Amino acid sequence: MPGEKDHIVAETAARIFADLADPQTVNRANNGAWKEPLWQTLSDAGLTLAWVPENLGGAGASLPEGFAILGVAGRFALAVPLAETLAAGWLLAQAGLEAPAAPMTIAPARPNDRITIGADGMLSGRATGVPFGRDCAHIAVLADDGKRKRIALVDVKDCRLNEGQNLAGDAANTVTFDRIKPTHTASAPAGFDATSLLLMGAAIRSVQTAGALEAILSLTVAYANERVAFERPIGKFQAVQQNLARLAGEVAAALAVSSSAADAIAQAKTFDEAVFLEAASAKIRTAEAAAEGSAIAHQVFGAIGFTQEHILHRFTLRLLAWRDDFGNESYWAAELGRRVAARGADEFWPLVASR
Amino acid sequence: MSTSLSFDPVRLPAQCETLRAEVRAFLTQEISAGTFDPHHPGHGDSYNRDFSRRVGAKGWIGMTWPKPYGGHERSQLERYVVTEEFRVANAPANFHFVADRQSGPILLKYAPEHIKKEILPRICRGELCFAIGMSEPGSGSDLFAAKTKATKADGGWRINGSKVWTTSAQVADYMIALFRTSPSTKENRRHGLTQFLVNMKAPGITVNPIYQMTGKPSFNEVVFADAFVPDDHVLGEIDGAWKQATSELAYERSGPERFLDTFYVLPELIRALGPEPDLRSAEGLGRLVAQLHTLRRMSVSVAGMLQAGKEPVVEGSIVKDLGTVWEQKLPARVRELSAFLKPELLNHTALEDQLAYATVIAPKLTIQGGTTEILRGIIARGLGLR
Repeated sequence: MPGEKDHIVAETAARIFADLADPQTVNRANNGAWKEPLWQTLSDAGLTLAWVPENLGGAGASLPEGFAILGVAGRFALAVPLAETLAAGWLLAQAGLEAPAAPMTIAPARPNDRITIGADGMLSGRATGVPFGRDCAHIAVLADDGKRKRIALVDVKDCRLNEGQNLAGDAANTVTFDRIKPTHTASAPAGFDATSLLLMGAAIRSVQTAGALEAILSLTVAYANERVAFERPIGKFQAVQQNLARLAGEVAAALAVSSSAADAIAQAKTFDEAVFLEAASAKIRTAEAAAEGSAIAHQVFGAIGFTQEHILHRFTLRLLAWRDDFGNESYWAAELGRRVAARGADEFWPLVASR
Repeated sequence: MSTSLSFDPVRLPAQCETLRAEVRAFLTQEISAGTFDPHHPGHGDSYNRDFSRRVGAKGWIGMTWPKPYGGHERSQLERYVVTEEFRVANAPANFHFVADRQSGPILLKYAPEHIKKEILPRICRGELCFAIGMSEPGSGSDLFAAKTKATKADGGWRINGSKVWTTSAQVADYMIALFRTSPSTKENRRHGLTQFLVNMKAPGITVNPIYQMTGKPSFNEVVFADAFVPDDHVLGEIDGAWKQATSELAYERSGPERFLDTFYVLPELIRALGPEPDLRSAEGLGRLVAQLHTLRRMSVSVAGMLQAGKEPVVEGSIVKDLGTVWEQKLPARVRELSAFLKPELLNHTALEDQLAYATVIAPKLTIQGGTTEILRGIIARGLGLR
């Protein structure tokens, strides 16, 4: 349950986003000049390294506080690598590595990508869809040395990146590690594996998705109350009301499942079966909500919502794009389905009702 | 009114898990004694007076009510655990469930003290079955169009008219019903209805079964011909029932019974698919699991809000909307996912039987207790659209 401290941190984040990353202002700007002052302010406020303990150079915020920041970031459809930097700082901290004070991202960010680390300490492999790769100075990497997992920090300039971008136009790059020497490496803790990182990424995207869905619900309801057609606000028509009620349902589902997943990760000692159910379900259900919810919002807004000028696309395109990061809903559904099947019919309800 | 929705990640406290173990042990014992078959969905939809008495003796009816009325002053979350375990096991809770969920709470709030003292302890002991008298031949979703009349008489009221689609009326001891005591007014079309406690054994009340498309006589027509209801059986304000109707909705609408009504097909599907399902089946199953998990988290969260003394009417309506639509679609999804299974599988017949049962009952799930359309209207109002 969000405590008071989570609210304070989230309110700080909200104030900064409102001042420096207001969706309307950002949408009007035809360059990325707003990004630099925003990042500087976030960094000065200790938000970029929220999940890095103080002894490793960070702000030492709790997991719930960090998730609260990301929920707010979702509400602003924030297009800077804040979530990725938080995640990178968290990953480095798992191995006791210090975090640098510059934008970071993490790899791998998709299920089937593997990065290996040789006996000589060099990284090889390829990671696809690395979010904001081009906009970052460093990548926190989870690598495999054949026996165990290691966590490494690399400079982006040492890697090869393609020109990729996601549906919303944010950088999403294929990063090739062609015998790259990391600046730092250390062993991952026992039991920490590629699935652990992916689950954390899934929970993070779920929380952002729920935030963005909250924002489009509020935008869409406000518009339905203002826009007049057939001599009354369109929100007075039952057909529109029913659609908005469905949107509220999708928002509610996304909020409930993502905050539950975030809480589960914050409370858990390891990424166990219960965390898997929570985080995988969150990614699946929020991705479904993203698709349903964006479609309804666009339907209510009509043509104006389909323009570059309107801010709706900043939310809806990110909602749709985030579905593909850290395992899409089909991937997680197949994995979850396999695990549930392997446990067997009689162990199914006890898993669902375990907390 | 606002678009801000609240679904905090509520966890069940430790005492809930102790209770869950007790409930499972009790149900296991009842199953081995032959009271019901957990694989038979029809058993979950049946009346068993003796079973309800044993449930009452365990202290699992009226769990949250004050002790002076036979209650146990336990939390909403503890009640939640009992409800979901009963539902998942297909336990025959129909005899006491409506009284426990909504009739008791209405009496607690609106009945005179001596009525509460008389009736509530009997509900808690599992001795009483309640029906809800809302729909009439000319009024269903439009509750405030009810015409069945209560006319003032000496010491009470005379009731004339009829209620329809009344579940449990054939076994019920009491009904909580809405009757017209005054005409509606121009200013307020909801004015003029009063809530009454009706003794179903009173003269002048006839119950006629109406067979459902399942072949079961679960519906009834209840005809009132000058039936007498004493003054102290009026619940709340005369002509003002509309003010009382909404606050209980969160209780009625957000419970686990709002998404678990066809649950039984899911474990049966898992059994049929076996430990290593193909990709299509695994993905389909995984999505259903994620959706179910989400609904349960939402529902537990609303239970937590109720426990904290809030009235999450919009959140409760959302749970029922999403939950009933999901449980209605569940048999169709399971049917698709089991389409290519081999008929010689051990549980193939069980799965087919359960699917048949779930498929036939599915249409009612989004109608009973507030249709999808009505719920979405309530949600829209909560969003500030009407």
